[in-house]
Formats: sequence, C-alpha cells, structure tokens
Amino acid sequence: MPRTVIIGNGVAGISCARKLRQLAVEESISVISSESEYFFSRTALMYVYMGHMRWQDLEPYERQSWPQQGIECILARVAKIDFDERTLMLDNGQKMGYDRLILATGSVPNRFGWPGEELRGVTGFYSKQDLEHIELLTPGIRRAVIVGGGLIGIELAEMFHSRNIPVTMLVREQQYWSSVLPVEEAQMISAHIRNKGIDLRLGVELKELEGDDDSRVCAVHTPEGDRIECNFVGLTAGVRPNIDWLKGGPLETDRGILVDSLLRTNIPGIYAIGDCAQLRKPSEGRKPVEAVWYSGRKMGECLALNLAGRETPYDPGIWFNSAKFFDIEHQVYGSILPTPSPGTNSILWNHPASDRSIRIVYDTATGCLTGINLMGVRFRHEVCDKWLREKTQVEHVLSNIRLAFFDPEFFPDFAPPLLEAYSKKTGRQLRLHSPDKLSDVLRFLRS
Amino acid sequence: MSNKPGSYRIPPVIQTPQHWMTAAGFAALAYMILVALHLVPANGWVLASTLLVLSLSIAGFAWLGHARRLPGIHHDGIWFSSLSSRGLVAWLAAALLTFFYCLLYWKGEWLGLRTEGNVGLVGLFDPLSHWLKGHPASQWFVYGVLYTLAILAFGFKFILKYRHNRYQVLRTLSTMFFQLAFAFLLPEFFMRMNLPYNDLKNMWPLNYYFFDAWNIDSLLAAGGAGKFFLVFGILMVLAISPTLCFFFGKRWYCSWVCGCGGLAETAGDPFRHLSSKSTRAWHIEQWLLYPILLFSLVMTAGVLYSYFSGQAQLMGISTASLRAWYGFAVGAAFSGIVGVGFYPLLGSRVWCRFGCPMAALLGIQQKFFSRFRITTNGGQCISCGNCSSYCEMGIDVRAYAQRGQSVVRASCVGCGICAAVCPRGVLRLENGPRLNRESSSPLASSIHNSSFNHPQGA
Repeated sequence: MPRTVIIGNGVAGISCARKLRQLAVEESISVISSESEYFFSRTALMYVYMGHMRWQDLEPYERQSWPQQGIECILARVAKIDFDERTLMLDNGQKMGYDRLILATGSVPNRFGWPGEELRGVTGFYSKQDLEHIELLTPGIRRAVIVGGGLIGIELAEMFHSRNIPVTMLVREQQYWSSVLPVEEAQMISAHIRNKGIDLRLGVELKELEGDDDSRVCAVHTPEGDRIECNFVGLTAGVRPNIDWLKGGPLETDRGILVDSLLRTNIPGIYAIGDCAQLRKPSEGRKPVEAVWYSGRKMGECLALNLAGRETPYDPGIWFNSAKFFDIEHQVYGSILPTPSPGTNSILWNHPASDRSIRIVYDTATGCLTGINLMGVRFRHEVCDKWLREKTQVEHVLSNIRLAFFDPEFFPDFAPPLLEAYSKKTGRQLRLHSPDKLSDVLRFLRS
Repeated sequence: MSNKPGSYRIPPVIQTPQHWMTAAGFAALAYMILVALHLVPANGWVLASTLLVLSLSIAGFAWLGHARRLPGIHHDGIWFSSLSSRGLVAWLAAALLTFFYCLLYWKGEWLGLRTEGNVGLVGLFDPLSHWLKGHPASQWFVYGVLYTLAILAFGFKFILKYRHNRYQVLRTLSTMFFQLAFAFLLPEFFMRMNLPYNDLKNMWPLNYYFFDAWNIDSLLAAGGAGKFFLVFGILMVLAISPTLCFFFGKRWYCSWVCGCGGLAETAGDPFRHLSSKSTRAWHIEQWLLYPILLFSLVMTAGVLYSYFSGQAQLMGISTASLRAWYGFAVGAAFSGIVGVGFYPLLGSRVWCRFGCPMAALLGIQQKFFSRFRITTNGGQCISCGNCSSYCEMGIDVRAYAQRGQSVVRASCVGCGICAAVCPRGVLRLENGPRLNRESSSPLASSIHNSSFNHPQGA
C-alpha cells in the first residue's frame, strides 16, 4: 500500500487528499500540519474575530469524516525531510516514512526589514496562531495601524472596525489596491474604506516602528515625519511561499518550489502545490506563483489525478477571483489590468447612487471579450467563463449580458445602462436580447 | 481626500439613545406584567400606550442601530452577545418565553381569562377586542396581538438590516402583510360578520383542526362564505399549494406567507445561526419530521372517518383521543412551547425544521416536484461557512457550494439569507427546468460528480 504524505492541510493539501481518496481507495494518506489538526477555511479567519462564526464553523468537514475517509490528520511540525531515506522527522521526535511526498506549505507574510518589526504587537495575519495572537493583543489596542493595501490589510481593518478599534491604514499606492484594480474601482474602494471611518492614508509608506519600555509597539513613523500612536501594527504587504526551511537542500527552489506542469519537483516522488509552488512554465498571462484559494484547490485536485495515474497537466483555466472589501463584493473574470494594456478598450458603468460598477474589457482590433470586473454586482461564473473561453464578440456579450446576472431575484436590471455606456463610448446602438431566465442560461451553457 | 489623522471616528456598536429605547420597551413590558399581576389598573389608554411604546421602542432601536450604518451584512459580535450565543440571557429569555407559552396553552385563567369578565393581562386587551370584533378578549387574542406586533416591529428591523437586498425586503413585507391582514385582521372581521373564524392562508396540515367535526360543521353552517372557506382550504393543500411549490419551491409559503415562518424570520432572526448543522441533527430531523407528518395524516383520517361514519373508534383507537394527543404534543408542546420558547437555544426554525407537517409535505414536493433550487456559482466558493452558519434550517449549504453543486433540499425554506451573507456572490435562489437540477458545475471540480461523502441527503 503506497504511502502518500502531505505537508500542509490548507485547501491545496486537503483538496489533493480528498480527491486522491476518491480515486485511490487503497492509498494510505496522511496530512501533517502544525497549525491545526483539521482543515479550516483560511479565508474565513476574519469572521471568527468579528463574531460572525465560531472556530468550529470554519471547518468545512465534520471531524468524524476524516477517519471515515481514511485520511490521517497529524498535528505536528515537520522538522526535517530526509530525501534519501524518504523519511520525515517531526518535531515530536516521531519519524515517518513516505513513498510520495506532497509539499503544500502555503505562504508566510512578507517582511521588509523595517526597524522595530520584531516588537510586540506587530504581526502579520495569515494563520490560526496569528488570529489567536491578535485576539490576545486586542484588549490593549487603542489604535491599530495596518501597513499594506491588499486583501489581508482590508480584512484586518474590517476586523478592528467590528470591535470599534480605530484603524489607520498606510497604503503605498495612490489608491487602495491600485496595483491590481483599475483606478476607478480602486477609488471606489478607497472612498468606501473612508466612509467606514478608517483613517486611510494613501501614498504613505512605513519608515520605522517605535517601541515602549516594554518593547511593545507604541507608534509608527512615516518617511514624511508623521508619528502615529498605536498599540498594534499589522504587516500585510503581501505573502511569499513558505519555503525558507527547505532552502539549501536538494530541492530546486526560486521564489517557490519549482514544479513542472505535472506539479513534480526536481526530486522524483516529491510534488508541490498551492501557494508554495512556483510553476516553471506558467500559462500565458498567469503568474508562476498564485497565492489564491482557487488555484490551490485546482492544483490539489490536478495532482491527485496525476498520482492516481491519470496524467493531467495543470491547467488553471480562465482566471477568476473574488473578494469583499467591507460591504463591496468584487468578482473578476479574465484579464483586468490596473492600466489597460494597449490594444484593449473598456466600458465602465457606474451605478449613480451606490458602490456598484461593471467593467467590460475587449480587444479593440478583434472585438473579443477579454475581461470582466465587477464591484457590488454578481455575475454567473459559467457564463463568463464560456464567453471568455470562446473569445466571444463584446457586442454579442453586451446584447446577452442578462445571461450573466447572478444577483438575487428582484435586483435592478443593469443591462440598459451598461449598453448605454457602450453606445456613449462607441456610438454604436446595441439591441438588448431579453433572455434572463434560468432556462435561457442553461440552453446557452449547453450550446 | 485628506490624509490627516483624527478626522475619523468609529461610533460604538450600541449608542446611548438605543439604551433609552431598550429601557422604554422593558418599561412597557414591565407595566404589562404589573397589570397581569393585578398590581396596577388597566384600561384602553394603558393598553394603547404600552403597545405603542413597545412597538416604537423596537422600531426606534432598530432605526438608531441600522440607519447610521452603511447597508451591508451586520453580523458583528453575534457570537459574543449573551442573548444570541446561548449565554445566560438566552437561557433566561427561553425560560420566560416557555413559561408564557405554558400559561397561554394551559393556564389561561392565570393570565386573567374569566367567563364573568376578564381581568389582568387578558382584561387589558378587552378594549381592543371589543373595538375589533365586539367580544371580550381571550388569551389567544392577547397572543395574536403580541405576535402580530412582533412580526411588524421586528420585520421593520429586518427590512432596515437587509435594505440593500430587494428579495429580503419584499419577502419581509409579504410576511408582515399576511400576518396583519390574513392571520390577524380578517379572521376578526369574519367573526364580526358572524362568520366562522378563519385564517385563509393557514392550511391543513399546519392547521390541524381544519377537519375537526366542529370546524367542518361551523363552516357548513355559515352559508356560502363558510362553504367557500371549506372548499378553499381543501383546494389550497391539494391544488394551489402544490402548483405554487412547483414553480417557486416551498418558500412561497414558508418564508413569504406562513405566520410561524414570519415570526422566525423577524423576531427570530438574531437566533438563526443557532440551528445545528451536524449529521446527528439531520438524523433527528428525519426521525421527527416525517413521523409527525404521518401522525397528522393518521389523526386527520381518523377524525374524518368518525365524522362521516359516526364511529368513535377506528381499529380500536378512539379518534378523539388521537386528535387530543396530537393537539397536546404537536400543536401545543412542539409548535408553540418548543417552537418559539426555544428560539434562543435551538434557533428560530425548530418547529419548521423538526416538527411542521406542512413543511414536511411541501418539502417532499420541493424535493421531487419543483423547479426551485439554489444555484452555486461555478467555482467561486471559498468554503468560508457563512451560508451554513446562517441557515436557520441547519442545511450545510457550504457542503454543496464548495463542490459547485446546486442545493436541492426538502427542508430549504428559501429565505435567501445564505445568498445574502455569502461574501463572494456564490449562491442564487432560482426557478428553472428540472432537468439536471442537482448537477455540479465543472468549474468547481472539488469532489464533484460523485456520491463520495455526500452531504446530508434528502
């Protein structure tokens, strides 16, 4: 009975374990994590702090299901891998052999060597332990400073906001997340953050952190000479693969663990998936390291297929992602760049009275749809995916835009104003097709 | 925009004016209790002012809390509040509610019900009862007024809370309307017009006395209108309801029309996350719900047999005692006392989930003869668990969503909260072709197309 050991029980590791069990009934499968015994949804950590859910609600599968599935969950840290002996050394002294080893070790928060970043009250926000640490620090926080204008930074801001702790956000860019979103959308979120009562400072970097006599952080300094008193600093300037402990060994690494399209490392029998993996040859328009829930899940399942003998190169498919910035939901399908790439055109419709917008990007020369960016509006993934895969003409997409609507019933119809935005931009009048019933959608998806 | 510090302030969760509202509401309740204990005198003015203060304080509290917040999901601190996380306050509230329900069902005279002239709490409501229907009040009239008031006041709060979501707003307006018009006002007007008391939307088998001899006789004796009530009641369960359920799912009733659902969705909203999502709870659900449906069918069949044949016994069992047991165990103890009294402990839909024969019947229709489903949006689920947490029916919605599978469940009442609280726009309540209704999206490959570790089945 071959023994597969997975290091890391995040979404990549667990998706692999479960899919592998589905395909290979006999396989012995063990998952090792030093963070938590059972799989939980990392994306939902914030909701525990905010009191929306309890810890146990974050676990997507009942605890009894793991022994039922024959997936062994081990709470321990892997101290060392002996690649020659095919053995793991755990920090509890235990030794463990493996036939196949899957590295799914995830990420760690970036640190940039800021003076004072080792002070108490300074932390990233990534793990269960970070959450527990922040909870412990909370009673002493009169103001929190968050450094970084990404997805984790705004989560932290929302968390403290829910506990009535004033927050200052230092964002290096000119708008929140403007390194990823087009400027109009980034402005919308920046304004929304300020509406929530967050002291958002744009174009401001962190220079250094100041500690008190107890070596707990008491202020941060900006290059402009501002001093902001605080009792907590969240460092949320991105994440990087959690592979420091593997460096210097026989495993080939760059930013992450290098893998081929079958997710194999340079050592036979060793694989890497999820945030910690770096694709040697990413697909066109995609990054070699994608620290995203969906990519982790996909990689995990893809590897399971390969391990079960069904050779399946990793194909990330059409890019999609989603997020929520306080109250504004966000979905993206296809390619959306902060500054439009040459040769593309984009239609932007903004709701006049609320934080909602739809952006449709297309290739100017061919008229093919290339990306959809949504704020406060929900679209149907399968419809967008099909349009993008089939390089559908933007006018066809706009005429049938209702097929994509996924907002709850009775929500306003954004199709006419969107078409109006198109005709304003191009001078072309489009006729709106009315199919919006589920039967129309299903017929389209089958076609 | 300024980058200057200090120009931003976050208001505290509950502000002082809200505390005044709480104080006013409790003062009105306390005054009613004093009346119930015969310690202070009661009259129409006292009634009008206590009811007014009670409703306005709830509405005012909600307004002060929600109007100043941006529209969005407001669940901060739900699991930290004693009342909404099974803390001491929750147990006290459950004990008080349960005590009130016990008095209501079994000790009406303790509430002041007297044949020679009501006193106490029931007496307090006499003026309103006289004004509406020309009779003195009963404890059920008191209950009806308070129940309707709760749906209206907490419905107002719910609408404020979900004002960004038109489905929630319309659904709540609908339950408020049906409670006020159909459950409360119309039956009283019928009585004023010397017609039998009849809540047209309260259909059998939820309305378990519908086929009782006294009800059939009184309907038959009430001329054309009475016969219409009888025929309408039968048509409701045999034709109208299955048709609506086919097109829209059981939500048309359970979360748009029904009074039990109405209270659960409004006053019960702060407790919806308390429903258990465990497999064990699902087993209990199956073993309570369907036997109760069977019990209600057998009981009704027995009662009708006795009505038409004149025989008191069916296969050696007294149909009257069957009916009495059903009324005691299911009608009073389960639907009333456990159903509402245990809101703060087991969640707001305990009765609907574990006991209601109407929900069971509609559930079977929804599972097998309906166009309704909750669609999962491709591969967008992040397994966060908000949908499952806030499902009042204890459905593990996430188990479906993370595999990209549509949710087709007998128990789903279609309240739409799972879709509302989802941070990634993953869920949508939809009606459509029944073909492949339970299929999975190929974009969420996660363990799909397989019976492997199937989440709770039916």
